[in-house]
Amino acid sequence: MSVAAITVPTVTHSLSKDEELTEKISVRNLDFFYGDHRALKSISVPLYRGKVTAFIGPSGCGKSTLLRILNRMYDLYPNQRATGHVTLDSADILAPSQDLNLLRAKVGMVFQKPTPFPMTIFENIAFGIRLYERLSKSELDDRVRHALERAALWDEVKDKLGANGLSLSGGQQQRLCIARTVAVRPEVILFDEPCSALDPISTAKIEELIDELKDDYTIAIVTHNMQQAARVSDFTAFMYLGELVEFGETTRIFTTPNDRRTQDYITGRFG
Amino acid sequence: MAATVNYRLYVGRKRRNGVMMGLAYLATLFGLGWLVLILGVLLWEGFSGLSLQVFTEMTPPPGSAGGLLNPIVGSLVMTVIAVLIGTPLGMLAGTYMAEYGRYDKLTMVVRFINDILLSAPSIVVGLFVYEVMVAQMGHFSGWAGAVSLAVIVVPVVVRTTEDMLTLVPDTLREAAASIGLPRSLMIQKVAYRAARAGMITGVLLAIARISGETAPLLFTALNNQFWSLNLNAPVSSLPVVIFQFALSPYKDWQKLAWTGALIITMAVLALSIVARILTAQRKTS
Repeated sequence: MSVAAITVPTVTHSLSKDEELTEKISVRNLDFFYGDHRALKSISVPLYRGKVTAFIGPSGCGKSTLLRILNRMYDLYPNQRATGHVTLDSADILAPSQDLNLLRAKVGMVFQKPTPFPMTIFENIAFGIRLYERLSKSELDDRVRHALERAALWDEVKDKLGANGLSLSGGQQQRLCIARTVAVRPEVILFDEPCSALDPISTAKIEELIDELKDDYTIAIVTHNMQQAARVSDFTAFMYLGELVEFGETTRIFTTPNDRRTQDYITGRFG
Repeated sequence: MAATVNYRLYVGRKRRNGVMMGLAYLATLFGLGWLVLILGVLLWEGFSGLSLQVFTEMTPPPGSAGGLLNPIVGSLVMTVIAVLIGTPLGMLAGTYMAEYGRYDKLTMVVRFINDILLSAPSIVVGLFVYEVMVAQMGHFSGWAGAVSLAVIVVPVVVRTTEDMLTLVPDTLREAAASIGLPRSLMIQKVAYRAARAGMITGVLLAIARISGETAPLLFTALNNQFWSLNLNAPVSSLPVVIFQFALSPYKDWQKLAWTGALIITMAVLALSIVARILTAQRKTS
């Protein structure tokens, strides 16, 4: 296992042969419809526990759609439905009886655009914690600090926790959102193009962070940036026109893809 | 040859442009002129009558000195009650339309009816409340006045609440949902916070709207020459007193009517300025 905590940009991951992989989330024969339009076509893919899985593919291929099924985010909107099997630790995510708030507390999400709440930095984090736990003031302070440390933001904001979250820079806001997600202690974190609105330095910080977070969380990341997928992920899924074309270890996908379309996309011939 | 033709075309276009610009300026001046005249007369006539007495004494019988204390207080009391009744109703309805029922047919129906209510003549509102309250109770009352004003407040608040909540980006709602926040809490803690300035502006505009309403009060609160805070009895209000005093033959009553008009105008002006500042803040934040 060569996945030590190395600074990200130069890392390539590989898995040792005998490492045991368990599926944290498994997707089987998943279809998704926007009204009558079938946006995902019988997708089957695993998310392995403690690993980073990257979803790549050209715009409109359905990678964000897939991500938004894993925490049932699509439920906020009408005329969208998923059929098939998606399980989290063998519990059916798509079941109508699934409690969405509990599911989303377990499966956190970081979005393309930083979305701090219109409140102070401290409240942005504490807010989510208070939803599910009753803590004393000092415990809460510790949790907020811990979350901000996990998101590598503590040193930059420790003297202005009372400032509005919106007063931070874009990169800081995105790390605040990661801290907010981490603070509710999810088991899985979904990143939906988390760096596409950020500059290269902020991007490097977020990538570094994802690498550190995977020790404790199962991570899925959607990205347009293939170098990013290669840098941060252990597994990569290539999607095209609503289908999952190829899934495998990132090193293999990027060196010896099985499918012609994967190779074309990775080498920049289309997409 | 071609050059001269082009030149003539250009000169002609320039001349037409000048004429149209002139007409536009004239139209603007014409519109603004009346406004300046109205404000000028109001200030001229109203300001000279402004004194401490206006705020400390009751409306006088003709021929003696007095002030506008009872209509000012009456207007304030009825406005406050109208806002207390109308704001929660309007905000709850607007919240339903923007958050829970955004894609429902019911929302479209409510929005359509609300728009009708928004532009309904206020005298109709007065007649309605007269029928359902004054006629049933057998007498005019401050409560009926407040209710008729509340009926005018509701559609304004519904509209601004829905508009302001719709402006809150969906990404913020998704972010709130993504940490397991139930929708009710998302609305209270995130959406309301993001839309706060706009929603307050809506309430201020509603207050401005009802401050000058006369017709609904004529049918409901009527008027009262004396000091009274009894809302089960007729209550005095500035617009109705202005209406009554301005049409009277007595010089001192007419003077008080001007002063009352000035007070209302200044109050509405102040509200509008506060609303502007709040809207500007929303844009910069």
